[in-house]
Amino acid sequence: MYRNLLKLRYAYQQQPTQLTPIKMTVREAINLAMDEELANDPNVFLIGEEVGQYQGAYKVSKGLFQKYGGERIIDTPITEAGFTGISVGAALYGLKPIVEFMTWNFAMQAIDHIINSAAKAHYMSAGDQKASIVFRGINGATAYVAAQHSQCFASWYSNVPGLIVLSPYDCDDAKSLLKAAVRNPNPVVFLENEILYSESYELSAEARDPNYIAPIGKAKIMRKGEHVTIVAFSKMVEYSLRAAEQLFREGISCEVINLRSLRPLDRETIIESVKKTGRVVCVEEGWPQSGIGAEITAHIMEAGAFKYLDAPIQRVTGVEIPTPYAFNLEAITFPKTEQIVDAVLTVLKGAR
Amino acid sequence: MKHFMRFSKISKAFKEVPSQYVYQINPIKNFEAIKQFRVIDLEGNLVAKEYNNIPKEILNQIFDLMISIEEMDNLLYMSQRQGKISFYMTSFGETATTVGTTAALQPQDFIFPQYREQGSFMWRGFTIEQIVNQCIGNHLDGGKGRQMPVHYGSKDLNIVTVSSPLTTQVPQASGAGYGFRVNGENKIAATWFGEGAASEGDFHSAMNFAQTLKCQTLFLCRNNHYAISTPTDDQFRGDTIAGKAPAYGMRTLKIDGNDLLAVYNGVKYAREEIIKNKEPFFIEFITYRIGDHSTSDHSVLYRSQEEIDSWKSGNNPINRLGLFLKKQGLRQFNDDHDNQIRKDVRNRVIAALKHGSEQQSPSIQDLFTDVYDEVLPHLQEQYTELREHLTKYKDQYPINKFKGGL
Repeated sequence: MYRNLLKLRYAYQQQPTQLTPIKMTVREAINLAMDEELANDPNVFLIGEEVGQYQGAYKVSKGLFQKYGGERIIDTPITEAGFTGISVGAALYGLKPIVEFMTWNFAMQAIDHIINSAAKAHYMSAGDQKASIVFRGINGATAYVAAQHSQCFASWYSNVPGLIVLSPYDCDDAKSLLKAAVRNPNPVVFLENEILYSESYELSAEARDPNYIAPIGKAKIMRKGEHVTIVAFSKMVEYSLRAAEQLFREGISCEVINLRSLRPLDRETIIESVKKTGRVVCVEEGWPQSGIGAEITAHIMEAGAFKYLDAPIQRVTGVEIPTPYAFNLEAITFPKTEQIVDAVLTVLKGAR
Repeated sequence: MKHFMRFSKISKAFKEVPSQYVYQINPIKNFEAIKQFRVIDLEGNLVAKEYNNIPKEILNQIFDLMISIEEMDNLLYMSQRQGKISFYMTSFGETATTVGTTAALQPQDFIFPQYREQGSFMWRGFTIEQIVNQCIGNHLDGGKGRQMPVHYGSKDLNIVTVSSPLTTQVPQASGAGYGFRVNGENKIAATWFGEGAASEGDFHSAMNFAQTLKCQTLFLCRNNHYAISTPTDDQFRGDTIAGKAPAYGMRTLKIDGNDLLAVYNGVKYAREEIIKNKEPFFIEFITYRIGDHSTSDHSVLYRSQEEIDSWKSGNNPINRLGLFLKKQGLRQFNDDHDNQIRKDVRNRVIAALKHGSEQQSPSIQDLFTDVYDEVLPHLQEQYTELREHLTKYKDQYPINKFKGGL
């Protein structure tokens, strides 16, 4: 309901548009964003394994090779270190690559280029060298793909100065954040999720506008609430919303914040919410130590919001192990709605 | 304390050597392909008689295994489509390379596989049941349900566990081969990789180190013409992968990978050379991936059925070996015998799938073991927390599906 109000508010603030909201999958939203950016700027190109003729390992770049040809949708030999290095070089020259990793797990081969060649370039060259480049791929757990395909890299990349790190949840996020990423002159790490690719959400009228790009560094309040603040990103937003709905029926009102931007973090929105509710649950799929929840917790202490807290902050995270394969084991390795509900009830202990 | 630098034994002081100069620009433009070693032709006729030296029992065992793997691959592929396992990779068209190679190695040799080498595993005794249980991920799996299907390994059989990131196994084999040489062992480290995987940076490091540091390593490249949908023309230029090896100073053989006798003889030769010279060796097998890359692939989207059929009927390792055995009188070919082998394998796979799917998952405790050598306190805490959660919501979770329950 809140999102309808948001849409109305934007409708008053902007030019009236002919576009109406439309339902699509996150995969289609990402495809649309890339299509629009490729059309908008001839310097933009997509590069990666299987992105061209095969239509994408997960079909995210479907139709782009036919539309833009092999000079702009580039299939590469198998070497992440190779094609990432090449792309950073192209970006330093002035082109705008979108580098697709089959999974962020394989980008560990290329992390030296992402960090030492791209993230630090502008600073080290005293502003001479800009790398306007987007690195994107699936992050976190998929299903039944075990340890080397399931790690969440949100914590690693959001640690690095010089990088922008974004992680979309729904279609609005996916499309408008990816467009913002492409147009931004800094290197951007874009963490997608394979399960979300097939999920359908409404693409708002605003996001349908080919000129609309999302503000980087701004979180989105998906659901307003009074009693507890739940902070999440990517797939965990879905489970947080379900938990909030379930708790609402028991009389508990949760505010769900969709971070969208992990670096820079929207610290203002988080603190505003904490001051209102006094109780916080941080949700992430990755491991607890040095995770996103750890940073949020530290920040709440430092930003003067400590005195607003009525209870210690709760973190809901993945189990601290390399992801197992067996179906039933994997099912209890990552947070779902039940664990979030549990954490909210824990943080509310003694509240009434 | 006196501290002195050790100078290299080979002096790099300048010395004029007139014979190393030319006086005209004559670049290397001819990238002539290394020819493939072959013993039997496409119809199974012997074309290199001095290599007809493999004992009859071994040849028959190899043939039995090749047709068994074909049946097993077929069934496990279908079982993925039926939702019984989540993923599988077949090895149609490539079993002469894997089975032949492993038969020519010694049991103490380490194998570092890529992912399409069920032939190597099964020649050494890895069973259908072990494969199926691993694909299902039940408590009988030697890997404790931790790995995706086809990511098996076996310490007993000296085969290092399959790992997803491509080509990481290749420098590992250089390292192991280095250890074997330094310790004076009669062992080699044999590593498999596809022609696509040879594009990774790790391939270069591995090859360079192996030759420079003199490692007892055997590099085995399965050039099956496709890396998922990427054909070899888009993967590299020059003379396939074998053409790169001499540049590292490495002895090189290119072998017709669908010719079992050539594979066996070539690998046997290479192993002897490695132990004798204490230097690595490189072999490229030219073969063809008759099946899809995996159950997540649909290869007719990027290649024609005619192309696939041209290899399936025109240059098929099982057919060629079979024709050779028939013509040499080394095997009684009656339909009943071979059909019985295939039927037995099918029944065994079906039984393994049925039995495997009835088994419980690995225990909940095994979620926390082996992260470190012992279960550290923070993990013990998390295990306790999880048990409390599962106890509280036990009607929401299939507790009885875990071995040992709660």
